[in-house]
Amino acid sequence: MVHWTAEEKQLIASVWSKVNVEECGAEALARLLIVYPWTQRFFSSFGNLSSPTAILGNPKVRAHGRKVLTSFGEAVKNLDNIKATFSKLSELHCEKLHVDPENFRLLGDILIIVLASHFARDFTPACQFAWQKLVNVVAHALARKYH
Amino acid sequence: MVLSAADKTNVKGIFTKIGGHGDDYGAETLDRMFTVYPQTKTYFPHFDVSHGSAQIKAHGKKVVAALVEAVNHIDDIAGALSKLSDLHAHKLRVDPANFKLLGQCFLVVVGIHHPAALTPEVHASLDKFLCAVSTVLTAKYR
Repeated sequence: MVHWTAEEKQLIASVWSKVNVEECGAEALARLLIVYPWTQRFFSSFGNLSSPTAILGNPKVRAHGRKVLTSFGEAVKNLDNIKATFSKLSELHCEKLHVDPENFRLLGDILIIVLASHFARDFTPACQFAWQKLVNVVAHALARKYH
Repeated sequence: MVLSAADKTNVKGIFTKIGGHGDDYGAETLDRMFTVYPQTKTYFPHFDVSHGSAQIKAHGKKVVAALVEAVNHIDDIAGALSKLSDLHAHKLRVDPANFKLLGQCFLVVVGIHHPAALTPEVHASLDKFLCAVSTVLTAKYR
């Protein structure tokens, strides 16, 4: 089980309370597809991903980004039980979606940059540490049921 | 990783924006790296790695100066950083995984100070550039 200090929990909750899940989620997913274009391999049904502009304006990308970050919110709500929270999702990503877990790490790093851009100086080094820990734990939980 | 003409323009543009703040951003990048990825401190046992230390400031300045050098010779990063490449291969021997960590923190710092300038396209170009620099610095490792 992951140990969270009281400070880490507070930093995570404080940032999360100010996150616009729809905007942040859309931006994070769009940046993933733009910065690491090979990740587009999972989204051939999303239509036009031919340019950064197309990706940023793509309604399916926005919707899916929102879905992904909403799901991430479950981790924030269940910091002491992230493994169980993502157990089914882990199976899904392995058995149905066939997503290389490396992609969870890539998305996590992108999310950190998006948060930094939004929160600027409020995204202190301690904050970045707590959130890096969180994205690592989520990535690990999502990869846990792979076989 | 090949830098396109657009990538080069984006990278030069963001570094122009960074301007004279390079030293500060270098220090902040290292400070965040040591905080967020504590294992990176193992390469600096001789340093005072506390927030705002003089050594972090001095070293941050050096790191960004090297990045600026690479930007100024963006068509030949390998040539521009050849001596640094030798240093990392034969003396420093920083595990290649750590360059990504430094790069991530640099992107965070740029995002904090220039959120509007770090568009997705610029983000992509800057990430590619940092990868190219890492590749050069680890090219002679074996």
